[in-house]
Amino acid sequence: MPLLDERAATRRLLDRLGFGPRPAELDQLAAGGFTAAVQTVLGATPDPVTMPDLGPDPGRPGKQASPAERKQAQQALRQQELKAGLWWLDRMVTVKAALPERLTWFWHGHFATGEQKVRGPRLMLRQNQQQRQLGAGSFTALAKSMVTDPALLLWLDGQDNRSGSPNENLAREFMELFALGIGHYTENDVREAARALTGWTVDRAAVKANLVAKRHDGGAKTVLGTTGPLDANSLVDVLLGRADSPRFIASRLWFRLVSSDPVPADALNRLVAGYGPGRDVTGLLRALVAEPAFRDPGTALVKQPVEWAVGLMRALDVVPSKLPSTQLLAELRGMGQVPFEPPSVGGWPAGQSWLTTSADLARLHLAQLITQHADLAHVANAEDARRLLGVDAWSQRTSAALSKLKGAALVAVAACAPEYVVST
Amino acid sequence: MTRKLGRRGFLLATGVAGAGVLALGASRVDWSQLMTAAAQNPLSPDAGVLVVVTLYGGNDGLNTVVPAADKAYQDARPDLAYKPEEVLDLGEDLGLNPGMKGLKKLWDDKRLAVLRGVGYPKPDHSHFRSMAIWQTASPQTASQTGWLGRWLDATGDDPLRAVSVEPVLPPLLAGQRAAGACLPVSGLKLPTGALGAAYQALGQPQQGESPLVARAARSVADLHTTAAKLGGSTHDHDGGKGQLAAQLDVVAGLVEAGVPTRAYSVSLGGFDTHADERGTQQRLLGELDSALSGFVARMRRTDRGKQVVTLVYSEFGRRVHANASDGTDHGTAGPVFLVGDTVRGGFYGDQPSLTDLDNGDLRVTTDFRDVYATLLQDVLGTDPGAVLAGHQGRVDGVLAT
Repeated sequence: MPLLDERAATRRLLDRLGFGPRPAELDQLAAGGFTAAVQTVLGATPDPVTMPDLGPDPGRPGKQASPAERKQAQQALRQQELKAGLWWLDRMVTVKAALPERLTWFWHGHFATGEQKVRGPRLMLRQNQQQRQLGAGSFTALAKSMVTDPALLLWLDGQDNRSGSPNENLAREFMELFALGIGHYTENDVREAARALTGWTVDRAAVKANLVAKRHDGGAKTVLGTTGPLDANSLVDVLLGRADSPRFIASRLWFRLVSSDPVPADALNRLVAGYGPGRDVTGLLRALVAEPAFRDPGTALVKQPVEWAVGLMRALDVVPSKLPSTQLLAELRGMGQVPFEPPSVGGWPAGQSWLTTSADLARLHLAQLITQHADLAHVANAEDARRLLGVDAWSQRTSAALSKLKGAALVAVAACAPEYVVST
Repeated sequence: MTRKLGRRGFLLATGVAGAGVLALGASRVDWSQLMTAAAQNPLSPDAGVLVVVTLYGGNDGLNTVVPAADKAYQDARPDLAYKPEEVLDLGEDLGLNPGMKGLKKLWDDKRLAVLRGVGYPKPDHSHFRSMAIWQTASPQTASQTGWLGRWLDATGDDPLRAVSVEPVLPPLLAGQRAAGACLPVSGLKLPTGALGAAYQALGQPQQGESPLVARAARSVADLHTTAAKLGGSTHDHDGGKGQLAAQLDVVAGLVEAGVPTRAYSVSLGGFDTHADERGTQQRLLGELDSALSGFVARMRRTDRGKQVVTLVYSEFGRRVHANASDGTDHGTAGPVFLVGDTVRGGFYGDQPSLTDLDNGDLRVTTDFRDVYATLLQDVLGTDPGAVLAGHQGRVDGVLAT
């Protein structure tokens, strides 16, 4: 199998472990070769984080609230949601070290939690920051943080899960989608795991979750053959201790960063070895980029809409919050993806699901919006646009299509070219 | 959750297709594929066609088919109740919501069947779970497949047999092997001039491209074909007609063209009326009414159209008693509508009692699977057993066969 050359492999590294190259970034990294680029990307120091101040929780209008009061509360919430979403988009676009944000984005899709039901942007941001802080280290710490994360508790009815009246939603999804994968547990395991997770409530004002002792079932539970007075923490230990768990986590990262095709068995073994007993996400990534498949021209991925938009804005140095925010979010919604609003706990789809006629049109509109806010007067031909976007090569089709355009219009159409929409 | 968790939110929030068919990529079709299929393999003019209209959010059944004369109804929701003189009388002390004048005409024409008290055992008050139950037809255990998805699985592989005119594939069309196809409808206004021409040229196929890159190019080409061929059938977001009417216009065009599609899915969201319900619901029911009556009138003009049966349902009704916000919380059983030329109009199933409640909720009198089984058997011509796990019930006499 012919592998991608050093430059194309470096470009792919920037696509998959980041959001694509910023101006001059690809030239600089590629000059040192792929192996050095891997060290740079995996070893980069995370950019400092300043969380936005959303203000206090606008609260829920009471039963007696007038329509006007309700509308006001709704608008206040909407403003906070917008601010939170734009803050994250800005961060994805402006950070120097892209990998931590790309991992945060990955974990957001993995522990997919939706503001549509949580209705608490401060809670969403808290979860987001946990995923950022813990996302590159031990998966154990991340999973333990998530199992009692207030936003996730609200999203999966964890608040309604109490001793004597269990709600299985969180326990089931934690096993199926977060830790083990479907088919690696029984219905009885779900019921018992739900008991281990009883008692957690969310304090919205304090932006935290609390364990209420009298709501917690302290009795013995048996989950996947382990019996004991399991609680949230020890349940995670039981689940992550299963041999199915490392394979599941490795396959999920593979699915989003390498290929939609299943991981070959030998590659999966190497990924699991990289993850190791410490469940080290960065170790897993190191193994993943070392796989021949990572440099196989056949393992293409369709960029998710947010990845595509962020990549374009990074390349063009356009800050999302400087764009008309209503239109920005409307076009992202039209493409089917808005941060903090995954369609379900299963996360976003992948592959050609993103290539729909209606999404294409939203993509073109967003490309036009972004390029209109960039300084592109110097972009004179298709080759300039290719270098700007970090595309390996245009096909004849695309070169011909772009030949009559220049400036912003040229870059807008180039950004919609199949060679840019797909991370080849 | 009224604001954003509309149609799109509910679709995937049911969890049915989240990790399954959609993750792998559901088939997408374009207009030209459908038209080619119509030319090469047209649907037999006497083949039944099912159109499923999903009302997302939980439509308040008691304010849709209204027992206005019932004192218990007036007492339970004094500020929310319609007066007997406000509703459109259907007989048996029931009347349609005043926003549904078109459906009242269909009722008078004996083309509207009102199935009363439809639901499933052990009602679930979660939108997600309840919508999943309706779409999977699997009330007891979580299922990864939708009921029409299983019909696809059981009867062949052609994705064109079921088409969703929605932005994403609804779980009801997701099977284990097969899945329905999606044909989006909204806002296909393409740019013109040099930029438009350049963009269109991106849709050209290029030999030797990898499958996903080729698919990306194909998708751009599809967009242009769809926009060109659908012409007036597509609607901008700010078009005069509502979203549902736009979706049904597309379905009507496809049916008339003889596309070999037997089942269509369309939807309308926003029915989660926990607060200030009356105006919101009446507006939505009005949109349903004008879209549906326009569609039925158009369908009656052709032989193929006369074979269309339209099903209208929501994931649950709402509580009998109003809440303190002039709205209603999640409830249980609700009315289901069947409309079409082959439908025998009238009431089916018993109206749930307003006094003998189950923990404040209406008792289910008609199992929703009876409705599905009837449609599978009499519209789609399939043995319902394989799709509905051997479910035996039917709604007798509702369809002329």
